[in-house]
Amino acid sequence: MKRYSVFAVAREAARYHSGWERAWRNPEPKAKYDVVIIGAGGHGLATAYHLGKRFGVKRVAIVEKGWLGGGNTGRNTTIIRSNYLQDPSAALYEKSRALYETMSQDLNYNVMFSPRGVIMLAQTHHEVRGYQRTAHANALQGVSTEFITPTRVKELVPIINIKGPRYPVLGGLWQARGGTARHDAVAWGYARACSDMGMDVIQQCEVTAIRRKDGKVVGVDTTRGAIDCEKLGIVVAGNSGHVAGLAGFRLPIESVALQALVSEPIKPCMDVVVMANTVHGYMSQSDKGEMVIGGGTDGYNNYTQRGSFHHIEETVRALIETFPMVSRLKMLRQWGGIVDVTGDRSPILSKTPVENVFINCGWGTGGFKATPGSGWAMAELIHKGHGPLTDDFGLNRFREGRFIDESVAAGVAH
Amino acid sequence: MLILTCPVCSVTAEETEFHGGGEAHLTRFGPGASEEEFENYLFMRENPRGVHFERWRHVYGCGKWFHAARCTTTLEVFGTYPAQTLEPPKTLRAQISKKRPGWFWRGFE
Ligand SMILES: Cc1cc2nc3c(=O)[nH]c(=O)nc-3n(C[C@H](O)[C@H](O)[C@H](O)COP(=O)(O)OP(=O)(O)OC[C@H]3O[C@@H](n4cnc5c(N)ncnc54)[C@H](O)[C@@H]3O)c2cc1C
Ligand SMILES: [Zn+2]
Repeated sequence: MKRYSVFAVAREAARYHSGWERAWRNPEPKAKYDVVIIGAGGHGLATAYHLGKRFGVKRVAIVEKGWLGGGNTGRNTTIIRSNYLQDPSAALYEKSRALYETMSQDLNYNVMFSPRGVIMLAQTHHEVRGYQRTAHANALQGVSTEFITPTRVKELVPIINIKGPRYPVLGGLWQARGGTARHDAVAWGYARACSDMGMDVIQQCEVTAIRRKDGKVVGVDTTRGAIDCEKLGIVVAGNSGHVAGLAGFRLPIESVALQALVSEPIKPCMDVVVMANTVHGYMSQSDKGEMVIGGGTDGYNNYTQRGSFHHIEETVRALIETFPMVSRLKMLRQWGGIVDVTGDRSPILSKTPVENVFINCGWGTGGFKATPGSGWAMAELIHKGHGPLTDDFGLNRFREGRFIDESVAAGVAH
Repeated sequence: MLILTCPVCSVTAEETEFHGGGEAHLTRFGPGASEEEFENYLFMRENPRGVHFERWRHVYGCGKWFHAARCTTTLEVFGTYPAQTLEPPKTLRAQISKKRPGWFWRGFE
């Protein structure tokens, strides 16, 4: 693989850009791999990447039914933060946030990580207490956050209306090192690095059956033929229930559509990410100038990748109260992704009832921020069967009542 | 947009008039049940890509609960039926089989 650098740009400029290589190969599936990962979203690709980087496991295929990054990885609003309440979450999300800081260098691919800071607004007294509690918990966990005053919120976000009639801003939970990254680039950067290690990223290849023998996985059937494997990782987000069904087990997960929308591009007006959880809306500005807006989740299971129309109105209404200037904006595009939601709003990184099948799912509305950390931890789980970051996130936590309850701490889709 | 017909008051309206209540026909387990029964009842959920049976409530109408059979990929509603029903009605199942041959949901097909 030829490295990207300022010299490469200069060299190619001098020869009419004729020397750029394909970023990743487009191989035919082989008959057998050590590990097959189902799903070439960020999490599946990051898992494969760390299997190779950390453990030298390189006979790996990542199979994808559509195009890589075409699931939630390419549909999310890219908020990255690690201000969670519970210790296991803080450890996993903070590891992930830290990995984002060096990801562009590690992958030699610009993922445009922008640690511009994230504010979660407190707009009720209940939220003030909740976020103060989170700030204290974060201090103990070694995650740098602070609870800030309304005046400081206004300084950071001049376009905000802190004296809203219904829900005035009473403060905010501020994580200065949170931010955003380019979602497609995360998938592309990992795919390029995996391909360079000799792994096969196989697109347009849907897994249609999971073959087992004596309670152990032996391979998968796909729309491009049968593939044998020693170990299987299921990393398919919204389709987790369906694919787990192919392996013969059930999950504590329901799939719903979550929406996002973007406005027309405007001049720079907000250089942090703001989340308003009580009125339910969140917004950041992309480098192109579009306001990127997160919407609501549907109130019933579905796989439409579209979302209910009325959520757009609810979201925009909430944002107009918080940022009055939004009322002048035209919205350009709206889309949806299918998110996999668990009862305690925490992910599942776990062994399964089928030996050598591992599952990584349940990231729901907020797993983009976890992409590198999830891959880091999942690779260890697949390689060793356990790991310090995944042990608390097993499937058995539901039966044993060891929830990692983050629903109260977030209460919003992001 | 999802459009449902309430079997209690016969009003047909869009989803904003209703509230989804999750998977239908769950068996409640109480004291004395096994861990597995509790786990299944409390957390494990049918999450099909296709035919699904659910509870709904006509919140901004008559206020009553009812059941609906629905496709989770197209949002087509196959039918709605009263809350006082312990399993998907036979006639409705037959109608679904015409539209989605080979469907199954929990032990039903
Ligand atoms: C609108 C929206 C906004 C969001 N905003 C944020 C945010 O601001 N911050 C944040 O942290 N998170 C956010 N999220 C959540 C985040 O996008 C996801 O948690 C994360 O991207 C999941 O990554 P993944 O790799 O697990 O899944 P995906 O990217 O969905 O990848 C799974 C892949 O599996 C493939 N697949 C499925 N079935 C099969 C099969 N049978 N065979 C082969 N391949 C298969 C799919 O095609 C898909 O490409 C948002 C999500 C949405 C929808
Ligand atoms: Zn009614």
